[in-house]
Amino acid sequence: MGYTLNFNLIWRHFDKLSGGLLLSLELALIAIAIGIVIGLVLAVWYVSAGRVVRGIIAAYVEFIRNVPLILLVYLVFYGLPTVVDLAYSAQTSFVATLALYSGAYLVEVFRSGLEAVPRGQIDAGKAIGLTPWQRLVHVRLPTMMRITLPALSNTFISLFKDTSVASVISVPELTYGAQWINFNTFRIVEVYLVVTAMYLVTGYALLFALRLVERWYRTAR
Amino acid sequence: MANSSNNSPALLDIAEVSKSFGSVEVLRSVGLQVAKGEVVTVIGPSGSGKTTLLRCVNFLESYDSGSIRIDGKEVGFRDGGARQRRSERDLAGMRAETGMVFQGFNLFPHLTAAGNIMLGLTKVRGKSTSEARAAAEHWLGRVGLAHKADSLPAELSGGQQQRVGIARAVAMEPKILLLDEITSALDPELVGEVLAVVRSLAEDGMTMVMVTHEMAFARDASSRIVFMADGSVSAVGPPKEVLAAETTNERLRTFLARFRASHF
Repeated sequence: MGYTLNFNLIWRHFDKLSGGLLLSLELALIAIAIGIVIGLVLAVWYVSAGRVVRGIIAAYVEFIRNVPLILLVYLVFYGLPTVVDLAYSAQTSFVATLALYSGAYLVEVFRSGLEAVPRGQIDAGKAIGLTPWQRLVHVRLPTMMRITLPALSNTFISLFKDTSVASVISVPELTYGAQWINFNTFRIVEVYLVVTAMYLVTGYALLFALRLVERWYRTAR
Repeated sequence: MANSSNNSPALLDIAEVSKSFGSVEVLRSVGLQVAKGEVVTVIGPSGSGKTTLLRCVNFLESYDSGSIRIDGKEVGFRDGGARQRRSERDLAGMRAETGMVFQGFNLFPHLTAAGNIMLGLTKVRGKSTSEARAAAEHWLGRVGLAHKADSLPAELSGGQQQRVGIARAVAMEPKILLLDEITSALDPELVGEVLAVVRSLAEDGMTMVMVTHEMAFARDASSRIVFMADGSVSAVGPPKEVLAAETTNERLRTFLARFRASHF
Protein backbone atom coordinates (compact mmCIF):
# COMPACT_ATOMS: atom_id res chain seq x y z
CA MET A 1 0.00 0.00 0.00
CA GLY A 2 2.07 2.89 -1.24
CA TYR A 3 -0.85 5.28 -1.47
CA THR A 4 -0.71 8.43 0.68
CA LEU A 5 -3.82 10.49 1.08
CA ASN A 6 -3.48 14.03 -0.17
CA PHE A 7 -6.55 16.23 0.10
CA ASN A 8 -4.91 19.46 -1.10
CA LEU A 9 -6.12 19.07 -4.66
CA ILE A 10 -9.63 18.37 -3.41
CA TRP A 11 -9.75 21.57 -1.39
CA ARG A 12 -8.37 23.54 -4.36
CA HIS A 13 -11.38 22.45 -6.43
CA PHE A 14 -13.87 22.40 -3.55
CA ASP A 15 -16.12 24.92 -5.31
CA LYS A 16 -17.06 22.09 -7.71
CA LEU A 17 -18.30 20.09 -4.71
CA SER A 18 -19.98 22.88 -2.74
CA GLY A 19 -21.69 24.18 -5.87
CA GLY A 20 -22.59 20.60 -6.78
CA LEU A 21 -24.13 19.98 -3.37
CA LEU A 22 -26.29 23.08 -3.63
CA LEU A 23 -27.43 22.04 -7.09
CA SER A 24 -28.23 18.53 -5.83
CA LEU A 25 -30.41 20.00 -3.11
CA GLU A 26 -32.05 22.33 -5.57
CA LEU A 27 -32.81 19.49 -8.00
CA ALA A 28 -34.28 17.34 -5.23
CA LEU A 29 -36.34 20.23 -3.90
CA ILE A 30 -37.87 21.18 -7.25
CA ALA A 31 -38.47 17.53 -8.12
CA ILE A 32 -40.25 16.75 -4.88
CA ALA A 33 -42.32 19.93 -5.09
CA ILE A 34 -43.62 18.88 -8.51
CA GLY A 35 -43.75 15.26 -7.38
CA ILE A 36 -45.99 16.17 -4.44
CA VAL A 37 -48.43 17.88 -6.77
CA ILE A 38 -48.44 14.89 -9.14
CA GLY A 39 -48.74 12.46 -6.24
CA LEU A 40 -51.54 14.34 -4.49
CA VAL A 41 -53.63 14.91 -7.59
CA LEU A 42 -53.29 11.33 -8.80
CA ALA A 43 -53.83 9.82 -5.34
CA VAL A 44 -57.02 11.82 -4.75
CA TRP A 45 -58.15 11.00 -8.26
CA TYR A 46 -57.30 7.32 -7.79
CA VAL A 47 -59.33 6.81 -4.61
CA SER A 48 -62.44 8.33 -6.14
CA ALA A 49 -62.08 7.13 -9.74
CA GLY A 50 -63.45 4.23 -11.71
CA ARG A 51 -61.48 1.26 -12.98
CA VAL A 52 -60.16 2.82 -16.17
CA VAL A 53 -58.55 5.81 -14.47
CA ARG A 54 -57.25 3.59 -11.68
CA GLY A 55 -55.71 1.33 -14.30
CA ILE A 56 -53.97 4.22 -16.03
CA ILE A 57 -52.60 5.63 -12.78
CA ALA A 58 -51.47 2.18 -11.65
CA ALA A 59 -49.72 1.68 -15.01
CA TYR A 60 -47.79 4.93 -14.57
CA VAL A 61 -46.77 3.96 -11.04
CA GLU A 62 -45.77 0.44 -12.04
CA PHE A 63 -43.81 1.64 -15.07
CA ILE A 64 -41.79 4.14 -13.06
CA ARG A 65 -41.21 1.79 -10.17
CA ASN A 66 -39.95 -1.02 -12.34
CA VAL A 67 -37.62 0.92 -14.62
CA PRO A 68 -34.25 1.97 -13.22
CA LEU A 69 -33.98 5.73 -12.73
CA ILE A 70 -30.89 5.96 -14.91
CA LEU A 71 -32.85 4.49 -17.84
CA LEU A 72 -35.66 7.00 -17.30
CA VAL A 73 -33.06 9.76 -17.35
CA TYR A 74 -31.67 8.51 -20.67
CA LEU A 75 -35.16 8.05 -22.09
CA VAL A 76 -36.23 11.60 -21.33
CA PHE A 77 -32.92 13.29 -22.19
CA TYR A 78 -31.83 11.35 -25.30
CA GLY A 79 -34.97 9.46 -26.32
CA LEU A 80 -37.79 11.96 -26.12
CA PRO A 81 -36.21 14.79 -28.20
CA THR A 82 -35.63 12.40 -31.10
CA VAL A 83 -39.31 11.49 -31.17
CA VAL A 84 -40.93 14.84 -30.47
CA ASP A 85 -39.67 18.25 -31.43
CA LEU A 86 -38.58 19.53 -28.06
CA ALA A 87 -35.42 21.19 -26.87
CA TYR A 88 -34.49 21.32 -23.22
CA SER A 89 -31.36 21.45 -21.12
CA ALA A 90 -29.94 18.47 -19.29
CA GLN A 91 -30.90 20.05 -16.01
CA THR A 92 -34.51 20.65 -17.02
CA SER A 93 -34.70 17.16 -18.40
CA PHE A 94 -33.40 15.68 -15.18
CA VAL A 95 -35.73 17.68 -12.93
CA ALA A 96 -38.68 16.61 -15.05
CA THR A 97 -37.59 12.98 -14.87
CA LEU A 98 -37.03 13.09 -11.13
CA ALA A 99 -40.39 14.80 -10.62
CA LEU A 100 -42.19 12.07 -12.58
CA TYR A 101 -40.18 9.49 -10.68
CA SER A 102 -40.97 10.88 -7.23
CA GLY A 103 -44.56 11.50 -8.28
CA ALA A 104 -45.04 7.80 -8.90
CA TYR A 105 -43.73 6.89 -5.48
CA LEU A 106 -45.74 9.62 -3.82
CA VAL A 107 -48.99 8.49 -5.46
CA GLU A 108 -48.56 5.27 -3.51
CA VAL A 109 -47.59 7.09 -0.32
CA PHE A 110 -50.55 9.47 -0.49
CA ARG A 111 -52.99 6.82 -1.63
CA SER A 112 -52.25 4.56 1.31
CA GLY A 113 -52.33 7.63 3.56
CA LEU A 114 -55.78 8.58 2.29
CA GLU A 115 -57.01 5.04 2.77
CA ALA A 116 -55.64 5.06 6.32
CA VAL A 117 -57.79 8.03 7.38
CA PRO A 118 -60.16 6.48 9.93
CA ARG A 119 -63.71 6.03 8.64
CA GLY A 120 -65.03 7.61 11.81
CA GLN A 121 -63.42 10.93 10.94
CA ILE A 122 -65.03 10.92 7.52
CA ASP A 123 -68.37 10.06 9.14
CA ALA A 124 -67.88 12.97 11.54
CA GLY A 125 -67.23 15.26 8.58
CA LYS A 126 -70.38 14.02 6.86
CA ALA A 127 -72.39 14.37 10.06
CA ILE A 128 -71.67 18.09 10.39
CA GLY A 129 -72.70 18.58 6.78
CA LEU A 130 -69.37 18.97 4.98
CA THR A 131 -69.49 18.38 1.23
CA PRO A 132 -67.14 15.75 -0.25
CA TRP A 133 -64.69 18.48 -1.31
CA GLN A 134 -64.75 20.07 2.14
CA ARG A 135 -64.19 16.67 3.73
CA LEU A 136 -61.20 16.16 1.46
CA VAL A 137 -59.64 19.54 2.22
CA HIS A 138 -60.46 19.88 5.91
CA VAL A 139 -60.56 16.30 7.15
CA ARG A 140 -58.91 13.76 4.88
CA LEU A 141 -55.87 15.68 3.62
CA PRO A 142 -54.73 17.03 7.02
CA THR A 143 -54.98 13.59 8.57
CA MET A 144 -53.30 12.03 5.55
CA MET A 145 -50.43 14.51 5.87
CA ARG A 146 -49.84 13.45 9.47
CA ILE A 147 -49.79 9.83 8.44
CA THR A 148 -47.55 10.31 5.42
CA LEU A 149 -45.10 12.95 6.59
CA PRO A 150 -42.41 10.45 7.69
CA ALA A 151 -42.66 8.63 4.34
CA LEU A 152 -42.49 11.99 2.59
CA SER A 153 -39.29 12.85 4.46
CA ASN A 154 -37.77 9.53 3.50
CA THR A 155 -38.73 10.05 -0.12
CA PHE A 156 -37.06 13.44 -0.11
CA ILE A 157 -33.82 12.04 1.30
CA SER A 158 -33.87 9.26 -1.29
CA LEU A 159 -34.39 11.84 -4.00
CA PHE A 160 -31.48 13.86 -2.74
CA LYS A 161 -29.26 10.82 -3.17
CA ASP A 162 -30.86 10.00 -6.53
CA THR A 163 -29.76 13.36 -7.89
CA SER A 164 -26.34 11.73 -8.32
CA VAL A 165 -27.79 10.01 -11.39
CA ALA A 166 -27.86 13.43 -13.09
CA SER A 167 -24.09 13.11 -13.49
CA VAL A 168 -24.64 10.71 -16.42
CA ILE A 169 -26.05 13.58 -18.47
CA SER A 170 -23.43 16.04 -17.20
CA VAL A 171 -25.59 18.05 -14.83
CA PRO A 172 -22.95 19.61 -12.55
CA GLU A 173 -24.32 18.31 -9.25
CA LEU A 174 -22.27 16.80 -6.45
CA THR A 175 -21.35 13.45 -8.01
CA TYR A 176 -20.51 15.14 -11.31
CA GLY A 177 -18.25 17.54 -9.39
CA ALA A 178 -16.51 14.53 -7.85
CA GLN A 179 -16.00 12.96 -11.23
CA TRP A 180 -14.61 16.19 -12.62
CA ILE A 181 -12.07 16.44 -9.79
CA ASN A 182 -11.18 12.78 -10.20
CA PHE A 183 -10.55 13.15 -13.94
CA ASN A 184 -8.44 16.27 -13.41
CA THR A 185 -6.44 15.26 -10.33
CA PHE A 186 -6.61 11.45 -10.18
CA ARG A 187 -7.16 11.70 -6.40
CA ILE A 188 -10.00 9.15 -6.62
CA VAL A 189 -9.92 7.94 -3.01
CA GLU A 190 -9.79 11.42 -1.52
CA VAL A 191 -12.50 12.91 -3.66
CA TYR A 192 -14.97 10.07 -3.09
CA LEU A 193 -14.21 10.06 0.64
CA VAL A 194 -15.05 13.75 0.80
CA VAL A 195 -18.15 13.38 -1.36
CA THR A 196 -19.40 10.41 0.66
CA ALA A 197 -19.03 12.46 3.81
CA MET A 198 -20.90 15.33 2.18
CA TYR A 199 -23.83 13.08 1.18
CA LEU A 200 -23.90 11.53 4.64
CA VAL A 201 -23.79 14.75 6.60
CA THR A 202 -26.33 16.46 4.37
CA GLY A 203 -28.61 13.41 4.50
CA TYR A 204 -28.51 13.31 8.27
CA ALA A 205 -29.02 17.05 8.56
CA LEU A 206 -32.06 16.80 6.31
CA LEU A 207 -33.44 13.89 8.29
CA PHE A 208 -32.99 15.76 11.54
CA ALA A 209 -34.64 18.89 10.16
CA LEU A 210 -37.54 16.93 8.70
CA ARG A 211 -38.13 15.07 11.96
CA LEU A 212 -38.39 18.47 13.65
CA VAL A 213 -40.92 19.54 11.04
CA GLU A 214 -42.89 16.33 11.63
CA ARG A 215 -42.93 16.89 15.34
CA TRP A 216 -44.00 20.48 14.88
CA TYR A 217 -46.78 19.40 12.51
CA ARG A 218 -48.06 16.78 14.95
CA THR A 219 -48.52 19.37 17.67
CA ALA A 220 -49.37 22.43 15.57
CA ARG A 221 -52.65 24.08 16.37
CA MET B 1 -98.00 -0.05 22.65
CA ALA B 2 -98.57 3.62 23.10
CA ASN B 3 -97.05 5.80 20.46
CA SER B 4 -96.05 9.44 20.69
CA SER B 5 -98.96 10.98 22.48
CA ASN B 6 -99.28 14.37 20.78
CA ASN B 7 -101.04 15.10 17.52
CA SER B 8 -98.49 17.40 15.91
CA PRO B 9 -96.62 15.85 13.00
CA ALA B 10 -93.46 14.05 14.09
CA LEU B 11 -90.14 15.85 13.72
CA LEU B 12 -88.55 12.54 12.79
CA ASP B 13 -90.68 10.05 10.93
CA ILE B 14 -89.19 6.67 10.20
CA ALA B 15 -91.56 4.50 8.18
CA GLU B 16 -91.14 0.89 7.15
CA VAL B 17 -87.39 1.11 6.77
CA SER B 18 -85.70 -2.09 5.72
CA LYS B 19 -82.07 -2.78 5.01
CA SER B 20 -79.93 -5.80 4.29
CA PHE B 21 -76.21 -6.31 4.35
CA GLY B 22 -75.93 -9.04 1.74
CA SER B 23 -78.30 -11.78 2.88
CA VAL B 24 -78.53 -10.46 6.45
CA GLU B 25 -81.61 -8.36 7.12
CA VAL B 26 -80.47 -5.76 9.66
CA LEU B 27 -83.59 -3.62 9.61
CA ARG B 28 -87.04 -5.08 9.03
CA SER B 29 -89.74 -2.56 8.33
CA VAL B 30 -88.78 -0.30 11.20
CA GLY B 31 -91.19 2.48 12.10
CA LEU B 32 -90.69 5.20 14.68
CA GLN B 33 -91.93 8.74 15.17
CA VAL B 34 -90.14 11.22 17.34
CA ALA B 35 -91.78 14.49 18.31
CA LYS B 36 -89.96 17.73 18.91
CA GLY B 37 -88.35 17.80 22.34
CA GLU B 38 -88.58 14.08 22.89
CA VAL B 39 -85.68 11.98 24.12
CA VAL B 40 -85.99 8.50 22.66
CA THR B 41 -83.62 5.80 23.80
CA VAL B 42 -83.01 2.73 21.69
CA ILE B 43 -81.95 -0.39 23.53
CA GLY B 44 -81.52 -3.98 22.49
CA PRO B 45 -78.99 -6.76 22.14
CA SER B 46 -75.96 -6.12 19.96
CA GLY B 47 -76.65 -6.87 16.34
CA SER B 48 -80.27 -5.83 16.68
CA GLY B 49 -79.85 -2.93 14.23
CA LYS B 50 -79.83 -0.01 16.68
CA THR B 51 -76.71 1.69 15.36
CA THR B 52 -77.63 0.99 11.75
CA LEU B 53 -81.01 2.63 12.28
CA LEU B 54 -79.37 5.69 13.78
CA ARG B 55 -76.89 5.91 10.89
CA CYS B 56 -79.77 5.75 8.42
CA VAL B 57 -81.34 8.82 10.01
CA ASN B 58 -78.49 11.05 8.77
CA PHE B 59 -77.86 8.81 5.77
CA LEU B 60 -74.42 7.65 6.79
CA GLU B 61 -76.03 4.39 5.71
CA SER B 62 -78.53 4.04 2.93
CA TYR B 63 -81.52 1.75 3.26
CA ASP B 64 -83.31 -0.46 0.79
CA SER B 65 -86.91 0.60 1.29
CA GLY B 66 -89.14 2.76 3.43
CA SER B 67 -88.64 6.41 4.21
CA ILE B 68 -87.03 8.62 6.80
CA ARG B 69 -88.27 12.19 7.04
CA ILE B 70 -87.18 15.09 9.14
CA ASP B 71 -89.70 17.93 9.25
CA GLY B 72 -91.46 16.18 6.38
CA LYS B 73 -88.40 16.12 4.14
CA GLU B 74 -86.94 12.82 3.00
CA VAL B 75 -83.34 12.69 4.21
CA GLY B 76 -81.47 10.61 1.69
CA PHE B 77 -83.69 10.58 -1.37
CA ARG B 78 -85.08 13.26 -3.59
CA ASP B 79 -88.60 14.44 -3.02
CA GLY B 80 -91.06 12.73 -5.31
CA GLY B 81 -91.62 9.04 -5.59
CA ALA B 82 -88.61 8.06 -7.73
CA ARG B 83 -86.37 7.07 -4.81
CA GLN B 84 -83.42 8.81 -6.35
CA ARG B 85 -80.47 9.41 -4.05
CA ARG B 86 -79.89 13.08 -3.30
CA SER B 87 -76.81 14.76 -4.71
CA GLU B 88 -73.84 14.87 -2.35
CA ARG B 89 -74.42 18.60 -1.95
CA ASP B 90 -78.05 18.11 -0.96
CA LEU B 91 -77.08 15.29 1.35
CA ALA B 92 -74.54 17.54 3.08
CA GLY B 93 -77.26 20.13 3.55
CA MET B 94 -79.67 17.56 4.99
CA ARG B 95 -77.04 16.13 7.31
CA ALA B 96 -76.32 19.58 8.70
CA GLU B 97 -79.87 19.48 10.13
CA THR B 98 -78.96 16.52 12.32
CA GLY B 99 -76.12 16.24 14.79
CA MET B 100 -74.36 13.02 15.60
CA VAL B 101 -72.15 11.95 18.47
CA PHE B 102 -70.15 8.79 17.96
CA GLN B 103 -69.04 5.91 20.12
CA GLY B 104 -65.41 6.53 19.15
CA PHE B 105 -65.65 10.35 19.54
CA ASN B 106 -64.23 10.84 16.02
CA LEU B 107 -62.79 14.25 16.71
CA PHE B 108 -60.62 15.71 13.96
CA PRO B 109 -57.15 15.07 15.42
CA HIS B 110 -55.46 18.03 13.73
CA LEU B 111 -57.90 20.58 15.14
CA THR B 112 -58.18 21.88 18.69
CA ALA B 113 -61.34 21.43 20.71
CA ALA B 114 -62.51 24.84 19.52
CA GLY B 115 -61.35 24.09 15.98
CA ASN B 116 -63.41 20.91 15.89
CA ILE B 117 -66.51 22.90 16.73
CA MET B 118 -65.68 25.82 14.44
CA LEU B 119 -65.16 23.74 11.29
CA GLY B 120 -68.84 23.10 10.66
CA LEU B 121 -69.83 26.57 11.81
CA THR B 122 -67.53 28.30 9.33
CA LYS B 123 -67.68 25.91 6.37
CA VAL B 124 -71.29 24.78 6.59
CA ARG B 125 -73.09 27.52 8.47
CA GLY B 126 -71.01 30.30 6.90
CA LYS B 127 -70.21 32.02 10.18
CA SER B 128 -67.17 34.26 10.45
CA THR B 129 -64.19 32.95 12.38
CA SER B 130 -64.88 35.24 15.34
CA GLU B 131 -68.57 34.28 15.47
CA ALA B 132 -67.65 30.63 15.27
CA ARG B 133 -65.01 31.04 17.95
CA ALA B 134 -67.53 32.68 20.25
CA ALA B 135 -70.01 29.87 19.65
CA ALA B 136 -67.31 27.27 20.24
CA GLU B 137 -66.37 28.89 23.52
CA HIS B 138 -70.01 29.08 24.55
CA TRP B 139 -70.57 25.38 23.89
CA LEU B 140 -67.29 24.32 25.43
CA GLY B 141 -68.42 26.22 28.51
CA ARG B 142 -71.70 24.34 28.44
CA VAL B 143 -69.89 20.99 28.51
CA GLY B 144 -67.48 22.21 31.18
CA LEU B 145 -64.42 22.51 28.96
CA ALA B 146 -63.98 26.25 28.52
CA HIS B 147 -60.37 25.89 29.65
CA LYS B 148 -59.62 23.24 26.99
CA ALA B 149 -60.55 25.30 23.91
CA ASP B 150 -57.00 25.21 22.56
CA SER B 151 -56.18 21.61 23.43
CA LEU B 152 -55.77 18.99 20.75
CA PRO B 153 -57.92 15.85 21.06
CA ALA B 154 -54.83 13.80 21.91
CA GLU B 155 -54.39 15.95 25.01
CA LEU B 156 -57.90 15.26 26.30
CA SER B 157 -59.30 12.32 28.24
CA GLY B 158 -61.96 10.15 26.64
CA GLY B 159 -64.72 11.84 28.59
CA GLN B 160 -63.44 15.27 27.60
CA GLN B 161 -63.15 14.24 23.96
CA GLN B 162 -66.70 13.00 24.00
CA ARG B 163 -67.93 16.24 25.53
CA VAL B 164 -66.20 18.11 22.71
CA GLY B 165 -67.94 15.68 20.34
CA ILE B 166 -71.27 16.67 21.83
CA ALA B 167 -70.42 20.37 21.70
CA ARG B 168 -69.38 20.00 18.04
CA ALA B 169 -72.75 18.43 17.23
CA VAL B 170 -75.01 20.80 19.16
CA ALA B 171 -73.14 23.96 18.13
CA MET B 172 -74.56 23.36 14.64
CA GLU B 173 -78.01 23.84 16.20
CA PRO B 174 -79.39 20.66 14.70
CA LYS B 175 -83.08 19.84 14.72
CA ILE B 176 -82.30 16.48 16.18
CA LEU B 177 -79.29 14.97 17.92
CA LEU B 178 -78.28 11.35 17.32
CA LEU B 179 -76.19 9.72 20.03
CA ASP B 180 -74.61 6.41 19.11
CA GLU B 181 -73.45 4.49 22.19
CA ILE B 182 -71.57 7.57 23.25
CA THR B 183 -70.39 6.16 26.59
CA SER B 184 -69.47 2.65 25.44
CA ALA B 185 -65.81 3.49 24.78
CA LEU B 186 -65.36 5.34 28.05
CA ASP B 187 -63.83 4.20 31.31
CA PRO B 188 -66.66 3.73 33.82
CA GLU B 189 -65.63 6.72 35.92
CA LEU B 190 -65.93 9.03 32.88
CA VAL B 191 -69.45 7.97 31.89
CA GLY B 192 -71.15 10.24 34.41
CA GLU B 193 -69.69 13.51 33.13
CA VAL B 194 -70.85 12.74 29.58
CA LEU B 195 -74.34 11.68 30.61
CA ALA B 196 -74.67 14.83 32.72
CA VAL B 197 -74.17 16.89 29.55
CA VAL B 198 -76.79 14.87 27.69
CA ARG B 199 -79.19 15.33 30.55
CA SER B 200 -78.76 19.09 30.52
CA LEU B 201 -79.39 19.16 26.76
CA ALA B 202 -82.56 17.15 27.33
CA GLU B 203 -83.67 19.70 29.89
CA ASP B 204 -83.15 22.40 27.25
CA GLY B 205 -85.61 20.59 25.04
CA MET B 206 -83.14 19.15 22.51
CA THR B 207 -84.74 16.36 20.50
CA MET B 208 -82.59 13.27 20.82
CA VAL B 209 -82.42 9.70 19.66
CA MET B 210 -79.92 7.78 21.69
CA VAL B 211 -78.60 4.27 21.35
CA THR B 212 -77.28 3.20 24.71
CA HIS B 213 -76.55 0.40 27.11
CA GLU B 214 -76.94 2.72 30.09
CA MET B 215 -80.26 1.40 31.36
CA ALA B 216 -80.42 3.62 34.41
CA PHE B 217 -79.89 6.65 32.21
CA ALA B 218 -82.46 5.43 29.70
CA ARG B 219 -84.97 4.96 32.50
CA ASP B 220 -84.40 8.39 34.04
CA ALA B 221 -83.79 10.63 31.05
CA SER B 222 -85.92 9.39 28.19
CA SER B 223 -89.47 10.15 27.23
CA ARG B 224 -89.75 6.80 25.50
CA ILE B 225 -87.70 3.67 25.13
CA VAL B 226 -87.55 1.62 21.97
CA PHE B 227 -86.52 -2.00 22.30
CA MET B 228 -85.10 -3.46 19.11
CA ALA B 229 -84.54 -7.13 18.44
CA ASP B 230 -83.50 -8.80 15.20
CA GLY B 231 -83.83 -5.62 13.20
CA SER B 232 -87.33 -4.64 14.20
CA VAL B 233 -88.97 -2.60 16.89
CA SER B 234 -90.10 -5.14 19.44
CA ALA B 235 -91.41 -2.76 22.09
CA VAL B 236 -91.82 0.98 22.45
CA GLY B 237 -93.25 3.07 25.23
CA PRO B 238 -92.51 5.10 28.33
CA PRO B 239 -89.56 3.79 30.38
CA LYS B 240 -91.77 2.49 33.15
CA GLU B 241 -93.73 0.30 30.76
CA VAL B 242 -90.84 -0.99 28.69
CA LEU B 243 -88.53 -1.69 31.60
CA ALA B 244 -91.23 -3.27 33.74
CA ALA B 245 -90.06 -6.60 35.06
CA GLU B 246 -93.45 -8.20 34.39
CA THR B 247 -93.45 -7.43 30.65
CA THR B 248 -95.12 -10.05 28.49
CA ASN B 249 -92.64 -9.49 25.67
CA GLU B 250 -90.48 -12.61 25.77
CA ARG B 251 -87.45 -11.11 23.96
CA LEU B 252 -87.52 -8.03 26.10
CA ARG B 253 -87.79 -10.03 29.29
CA THR B 254 -84.80 -12.17 28.32
CA PHE B 255 -82.81 -9.06 27.41
CA LEU B 256 -83.60 -7.28 30.65
CA ALA B 257 -82.95 -10.38 32.75
CA ARG B 258 -79.60 -10.92 31.08
CA PHE B 259 -78.84 -7.25 31.47
CA ARG B 260 -79.68 -7.20 35.15
CA ALA B 261 -77.62 -10.32 35.72
CA SER B 262 -74.54 -8.78 34.16
CA HIS B 263 -74.86 -5.21 35.41
CA PHE B 264 -76.19 -5.31 38.92
